[in-house]
Amino acid sequence: MLSKIALFSAAALLGMAAPAIAADAPTDPQIAHIAYTAGSLDVAAGKQALAKSHNKAVRSFAQQMVRDHEAVNGKALALVKKLHVTPEANPTSTSLTKGADAARARLAKLSGASFDRAYIDNEIAFHKTVNGALESTLIPSAKNGELKSLLETGLTLFREHQHHAEQVAKEVK
Amino acid sequence: MFLRHFARSAATVGAAMLCASPAFAAPRTFTVVIDKMRFGPLPAPLHKGDVIVWVNKDFLRHSATAKDHSFDVDLPAGARAKMVMGKTGAIAFVCRYHPGMHGTLQVQ
Repeated sequence: MLSKIALFSAAALLGMAAPAIAADAPTDPQIAHIAYTAGSLDVAAGKQALAKSHNKAVRSFAQQMVRDHEAVNGKALALVKKLHVTPEANPTSTSLTKGADAARARLAKLSGASFDRAYIDNEIAFHKTVNGALESTLIPSAKNGELKSLLETGLTLFREHQHHAEQVAKEVK
Repeated sequence: MFLRHFARSAATVGAAMLCASPAFAAPRTFTVVIDKMRFGPLPAPLHKGDVIVWVNKDFLRHSATAKDHSFDVDLPAGARAKMVMGKTGAIAFVCRYHPGMHGTLQVQ
C-alpha cells in the first residue's frame, strides 16, 4: 500500500495523472516488469544526462546509473529466462514509464546548471519512489527466492544511488 | 663502480630482510568475498606481507580502495584480484563506486 502511495506521490510530483492501482499484491511477473522498467528508465535518464551535462559530478553519477542499472537489468533478464517467467506489464510499470517520459521531455528543454539540477532532483525523487516500492511492496510480495534476493541487492544499491544523488545535489545547488 | 657495488649491497641487505621476515610469520593468504553489495568478513589480525584475494561475486562492478591511497583494486563483476599488504596500521577502505560499502583492515 505504501508503495502505491509512493508511486502516486511520484506521479503527482512528475505532473501526471494518478496511475491506476491494482488492488492485489503484484505477482512475480509483474514485479519483474516493474523492476526492469524502472532500471531501463534510469539508464535512459543517465544517457540523456551524459549527452547534455558538462558537470563532472553529474556525469560521474550518470555513468554510475547507466553501469549499475544495466548490470541489474542484465541479471534480471537472465533470471526471468531461467525461471521461465515472462515479465508482465501492469499499471505501476506503465505509470513509471509515463512519468519518466514526461520528465525526459521536460529535461530535454533545459541546459547547463538548470538541466543538472533538474536531472539530479528527478533522480532523487525517482530513487525514493522505487526504493519505497521495493521496500514496502515488491520485496515482501516476491514469491521466488532468487527474485527476492535480486530485489534486495537492488534496494541496497539504489539506496546508495539515492545517497549519491543527494550528495551531487549539494554540489549543483 | 662504487654505485653498482652499493646497489648490489643494498639488494643483498633487502633480500636478507625479506628472507628474515618469514621467521616471524610466514605470509598468509586470505580471501574477502564481496556479495550483495557488501564486503564479507575481514581477516584479523593481518600482518604486513599477507596476501588478500578480493573476490567479487556480485554482478556489479566494485573496487577496494584504501582511503589513504595505499591500494586501489578494481573489481569488475565476477573478478578476483590479489594484493599484498604493504604497510601496517588500520587501513580504511571503500568501494569507490558504492561508498556505503566499506571496512577497515587491521594490519600488524
